Amino acid sequence: MAVNAAELLRTDELGKTERNDIWWTEPLLVVSTLVIFSMYVFWAVTQNANFEVGPYLSPFYSPDLRHTFPALFAQFPWLSPAYLVLWIPLAFRGTCYYARRAYYRSFFLTPPACSVGPSQTASELYEGETKFPFVLLHLHRYFFILAAILAIFHWKHFMDAFFFEQGMGVGVGTVVVGIDALFLTLYVFSCHSWRHLLAGKLNCFTCGAFEKMRHTGWKNQSLLNEKHAQYFWLSLATVWFADVYIRMVASGQWRDVIYIFGQGFTTL
Amino acid sequence: MSSSATEAKQQATFKVYRGDADNGEHHTYTVPVEEGMVVLDGLHHIQANDCPDLAVRWNCKAAKCGSCSAEVNGKPSLLCKTRMDALPLDEPITVTPLRAFPVMKDLVTDVSWNYEKNKQIKPFTPKNEDTDNWEMYQEDAERAQEFRKCIECFLCQDTCHVLRNHDKKANFFGPRFMVRLASLDMHPYDTEDRLSFIKDTAGVNYCNITKCCTEVCPEDIKITDNAIIPLKERVVDEYYDPIQGLLKMLGLKKARK
Ligand code: SF4
Ligand code: SF4
Ligand code: FES
Ligand code: FES
Repeated sequence: MAVNAAELLRTDELGKTERNDIWWTEPLLVVSTLVIFSMYVFWAVTQNANFEVGPYLSPFYSPDLRHTFPALFAQFPWLSPAYLVLWIPLAFRGTCYYARRAYYRSFFLTPPACSVGPSQTASELYEGETKFPFVLLHLHRYFFILAAILAIFHWKHFMDAFFFEQGMGVGVGTVVVGIDALFLTLYVFSCHSWRHLLAGKLNCFTCGAFEKMRHTGWKNQSLLNEKHAQYFWLSLATVWFADVYIRMVASGQWRDVIYIFGQGFTTL
Repeated sequence: MSSSATEAKQQATFKVYRGDADNGEHHTYTVPVEEGMVVLDGLHHIQANDCPDLAVRWNCKAAKCGSCSAEVNGKPSLLCKTRMDALPLDEPITVTPLRAFPVMKDLVTDVSWNYEKNKQIKPFTPKNEDTDNWEMYQEDAERAQEFRKCIECFLCQDTCHVLRNHDKKANFFGPRFMVRLASLDMHPYDTEDRLSFIKDTAGVNYCNITKCCTEVCPEDIKITDNAIIPLKERVVDEYYDPIQGLLKMLGLKKARK
C-alpha cells in the first residue's frame, strides 16, 4: 500500500538509512578510541610522576618547562609541568580539519555516517562552522605554528635520548621516542593550513621564481596531505605508546635495553 | 557456488521506489543476473518485462552524463556505474530516488534547484578579452582540470547532510558549487573577488568537512580536500585571521584583488 512519501524517504531521524552495510563501526571505533585516549592522557598528566627516566622524557610533558620557571614549580610542587604545554597539541588536534571530520561524525552525529540520518535536534541546531564556538576552529593555522615548534622539541628529545649516564648509546626508548618524533612531524606537516600557506593560497603557481618554488613545495606536501588522516591516528598511537613505554620503564615495570657504543648491552 | 552454464541463472530481488512526491511505496521485482550487469540494466529489465511506466532518467550508460543518479542500498550512486557483483545479492537491492531533491516520479527527481544556484555564480571574468594570447602553464592548469571533470550528477549534493538532512538550501550551495567556485577563485586569469560571495551567499562554512561528498563523487574529485578546505582557508585569510585583519587595519597589507 502506498504510504506518505515523506515518511518512506525521510532522512531526519537519527540512524535512518537504507544502507545495509555496517556503517556504525567507524563512529563506534572513533568514539571509543578518543574517549579511552583522553582518559589516559588525563590520568597520565595528573600523575606528575614517572614521566622521565634516564635521557627519556614523556612527550606529554614536552617541552619541559621546569627549568624555565623554577620558582613556579618550587611554589606549587603539585603542578604538573604537562598542564603548561598540553594545551598546544590538544588545541592543534582539536582544530585539525581531519579531527573535525572525525568528531562531527562520531560525537555530534552530523551525520553519523554518509546518508545516515542525524538526530532531529542536531538538524535544528546545525549552523556548520559559521557561529560561535565552531567559528573559533578557523584559528587552526596558529596552532599549526605552535605544533611545528613542538615537533622541533620532540626531535630535540630524540637527540637527548642518545646520551646515557654510561655514555653515548641507543636504547629501545631512543627508538620509541624517535618514532614519536617522526610521526608527529608527518602529522603536523601534512596539515591543510600548511598546504594553504605553502602555495594553496596562490592563484598563479608560475608567475615568479618564488611562486614556482612554493608550488614545488605544495605539490610534494600534497602527497603527505592525502595521508593526513592516517598520520593523525599513527601519531596518536606513537605518542601514546611513547608515554606508556617511558612510564613503564620509569616505574620499574619494564627494563629498557640499551647499547652503549664501545661498551655493549646493558639496561637502564 | 560455481557458475556452470547448467545451473539456473542467479536471481536478484529489486526493491524499487514507485510513486511521486506525496505518496509511494517500494515495489519488489525479480531480475535475472547477467555477467557484468549494472543496476540500470536491472531497471531496464523491469521496464521491459514488468512495468513499462517505471520512470528512470539515464542517457550515456557510461558514467559520463550524470543523469542516472539515484540511491542504491541507501547510497547515492550512478545507476549505470553500480555493478551488481559489488552488491550482496542475498538481500534485496533497494533503489530509491535522490532524497535531497523533490521526487517527480519513481526514480526521477527535480534537481532544478541546482541550476538556480549555478546562475547566481558570476561566470569567469578574465583580465582582458585578448584570449588568443593567453599563456597558461601545466602547473596552473592542473588544479583547475580536476574540477572540470565534474559531470553534474549532483550525487555530492544529495549526500551532503547540510542539504539532505538539515535542509539548509537557503544558506549553502552544496559541494558541487564549491567545486565550481574553487575553479573560478583559483584561476590565474579571473579578476572577480568572490570571497564574500563564497562566505555569505554560497555559505562555505556550513560545510563541516565530513567528506561524504568526496566519498560519492564518481569522478573522484577530492571535493573536500582540494576545493572546500582551500576555500575555507581563503575565507579565513580574509575574514577570520586576527593578525591579517590587524595588518589590514594598519594598512600594512592590501585588500585582495
Ligand atoms: S564535506 Fe561539506 S560539502 Fe561535503 S558532504 Fe560534508 S558537509 Fe557537505
Ligand atoms: S562534484 Fe562529483 S559528485 Fe558532485 S556533481 Fe560533480 S561529479 Fe557529481
Ligand atoms: S588539518 Fe589536521 S593538523 Fe592541520
Ligand atoms: S547514464 Fe550517464 S551517467 Fe549514468
